[in-house]
Amino acid sequence: MKKFTNKYIYIYSTVLVIVVAAVLASVSMLLQKPQEKNIVAEQMQMILQAANENVERTEAEELYNKCFTTELGVKSNGEIVYKYVNGKQEQGDKRPFTLSIKDEVKKYKNGDKDAVLPVFIYNKGNKETIYVVPVRGIGLWDEIWGYVALRSDANTIENIVFDHAGETPGLGGNIKDDPSFAASFVGKTIFEGDDYVSIAVEKRVGKDQPHKVDAITGATLTCNGVSDMMKSGLEFFVPYFKSLRK
Amino acid sequence: MPFSKENPIIVQVLGICSCLAVTVKLQPAVVMALSVTVVVMMSNLFISLLRNTIPPRIRIIVQLVVVAMFVILVDQFLKAFAYDVSKQLSVYVGLIITNCIVMGRLEAFAMSNKPLPALLDGLGNGIGYGIILIIVGFLRELFGFGTLWGYKIIPDSFYNFGYENNGLMVMPAMALILVGLVIWVHRSKNKDLVENE
Repeated sequence: MKKFTNKYIYIYSTVLVIVVAAVLASVSMLLQKPQEKNIVAEQMQMILQAANENVERTEAEELYNKCFTTELGVKSNGEIVYKYVNGKQEQGDKRPFTLSIKDEVKKYKNGDKDAVLPVFIYNKGNKETIYVVPVRGIGLWDEIWGYVALRSDANTIENIVFDHAGETPGLGGNIKDDPSFAASFVGKTIFEGDDYVSIAVEKRVGKDQPHKVDAITGATLTCNGVSDMMKSGLEFFVPYFKSLRK
Repeated sequence: MPFSKENPIIVQVLGICSCLAVTVKLQPAVVMALSVTVVVMMSNLFISLLRNTIPPRIRIIVQLVVVAMFVILVDQFLKAFAYDVSKQLSVYVGLIITNCIVMGRLEAFAMSNKPLPALLDGLGNGIGYGIILIIVGFLRELFGFGTLWGYKIIPDSFYNFGYENNGLMVMPAMALILVGLVIWVHRSKNKDLVENE
């Protein structure tokens, strides 16, 4: 066998690592644009889906810009800090769509009053106005999130979409894969009179319960996560919703 | 041939871990099979090209760096051009690095063979791995969800007669049992693989 000196080994490994790093860095830079585009398009597709507009991801951006003409950045006391209308920034310096929901929800949970979350307002022709808000929480294994669409009374659920990072397929994963779960939220209300009650996910919910939906069998912990997420996620927007209800 | 008598999963019993994780549905199983094939082929080729320059003392590290590079490349490409599938596969693309097939083939074959045979060896092993993944993914999706590639296969009338999707199929344990069944069938056809006491 050939003998390799220590010097050779050092130089060899250094050169190898530098070459590999250079290749990876350049590929990552080249592919960054399409990757980011995918993520933005996915988010838009989810928001559209929450407003009952089902489109392919490739067409999501176009339709989104048509339907969601107004985006707001709202604080937990109901104050509007960012406003983005028809592609123009009208108030504040940040487009609400670009807010990191994950970071802002974390801030809010840590008691930071400066947390800002987006409200996407659906306005298409003379259809009813729909308010779409993001919620985010923890499932059984990993994060879960979703978009909740409320009708113009800021009370009744128009539609809802869920997604998750790693719930068990066929069980907890059904919050996304089984359309009947999300559909069971439709028509429920989050306020009782003037009091905020949210919507709980529970076992054996009878008929005509305005604030409860049935849990998925075998996915109790994921469903508890959804329940908590709805409760704390929508709570953030309560002052804003109340201002709409007046 | 690594498709049958030297199949990495059912004969060499390598790469079982990812076989359990990504075979719940057919589509991720196919994409995973392709990804692993690309990674094994390319890293086999590269290691084989470099084999005379690699100091034996650090050969494992060199192999690991090359494998890691290709895995990250595959992951980046999936994220850019097959976003949905890349989300389904999530961490398992990254875990190709630890897939025993890749390192096993590099160590056993690429380090001591010319580039072309090494490339073909990688291709063969990738396909051998893929066949099993696809068989298991096919069975699990069909009986676990009643669908294939996301399309409904088992008609509603079956469900009306009391047929139900098998929840066990969705669990990782069932993948192991299925692999076991495949090995059983395979060995009963290839008696020479059966070890005699």
